[in-house]
Amino acid sequence: MTLWLIVIVASLACLAMKLAGYLVPPSVLDRPAPSRIANLLTVALLAALVAVQTFGSGTGLQFDARVPALVVAVILFALRVPFVVVVILAAATAALIRLSGWG
Amino acid sequence: MGKIARSRDDSAALRAGLAVGLAAAAYGVSYGALAVAAGLDVWQTCVMSLLMFTGGSQFALIGVLATGGVAAGPTAIASAAILGIRNGIYGVRVAPIIGGRWWKKVAAAWVTIDETTAVAINQPTLKSQRIGFWTTAAATFLGWNLTSLIGALIGDALGDPRAWGLDAAAAAAFVGLLWPRLRQLQTVAVASAAAVVAIALTPVLLPGLPVLVAGTVAIVVGAFNWFANAEPPLVPLEREGV
Repeated sequence: MTLWLIVIVASLACLAMKLAGYLVPPSVLDRPAPSRIANLLTVALLAALVAVQTFGSGTGLQFDARVPALVVAVILFALRVPFVVVVILAAATAALIRLSGWG
Repeated sequence: MGKIARSRDDSAALRAGLAVGLAAAAYGVSYGALAVAAGLDVWQTCVMSLLMFTGGSQFALIGVLATGGVAAGPTAIASAAILGIRNGIYGVRVAPIIGGRWWKKVAAAWVTIDETTAVAINQPTLKSQRIGFWTTAAATFLGWNLTSLIGALIGDALGDPRAWGLDAAAAAAFVGLLWPRLRQLQTVAVASAAAVVAIALTPVLLPGLPVLVAGTVAIVVGAFNWFANAEPPLVPLEREGV
């Protein structure tokens, strides 16, 4: 599978999800379960991605400069600092720690 | 309703759309830089923003590719698609607001995401809902694609992503997307369990699969409606103007 194929197939899959919403009858939302599960799937995947991006290293786990950077990010989001500022400061945290020789 | 009241609603919808569009555009830079760090070229980064045009799925695809490479392609696609399901739910809600011919619905579907849905459904009249939807769509679409390109060019110029802490930036970006959704006991429970499942499975499964398997937590908790104490809003966003 080439990178281009991955990009195109994933893009078309996401477009198909969007179009599906306009094709199904509105009564699918009469039952709460479908939209509740869709909402929780978003939460579960994002949380899993946080975990893997922070501790994953190929097929292993690693505790490195990403962990303090994540702590910084969580504190800043709790303080309602804007998204892009938090992302930059988290990157800077990890970069500085690595510059000092650890992680 | 008089003419003045109507136009006040309309300009409020316009302002909300522009504010939300600009806020979304700002984090397109981080997407672009992270996409290049994950191995995509500038073209692939931009095609994703044009075609896929849904931040959560775009971050998910590059996140899985960053850990698993091209071999994790199928799981990367699946992760992006699953995060895209919520846009389908938004479409069901937004479709009656859009109306019109099929080509208008296709265009609307393309830009039916967190931002456009949140602005549209929070306006008081049908007209202001439409104005809110299309203003947000235009601002977000133009801004997101432009800043994705800028971010990709920056990422291209940076070189070694680890030295710049871009791997940590990816984790922070996912926290930012998750944060507004952690307002109910149920979502906090699902997020915690999914994180534990993903970490526990990382040493035993191929890269990308732990994230997908963690999704089953959501299906089980959602089907039985465990930990339910408050109904979350349709679109959890915490941005100015929504």
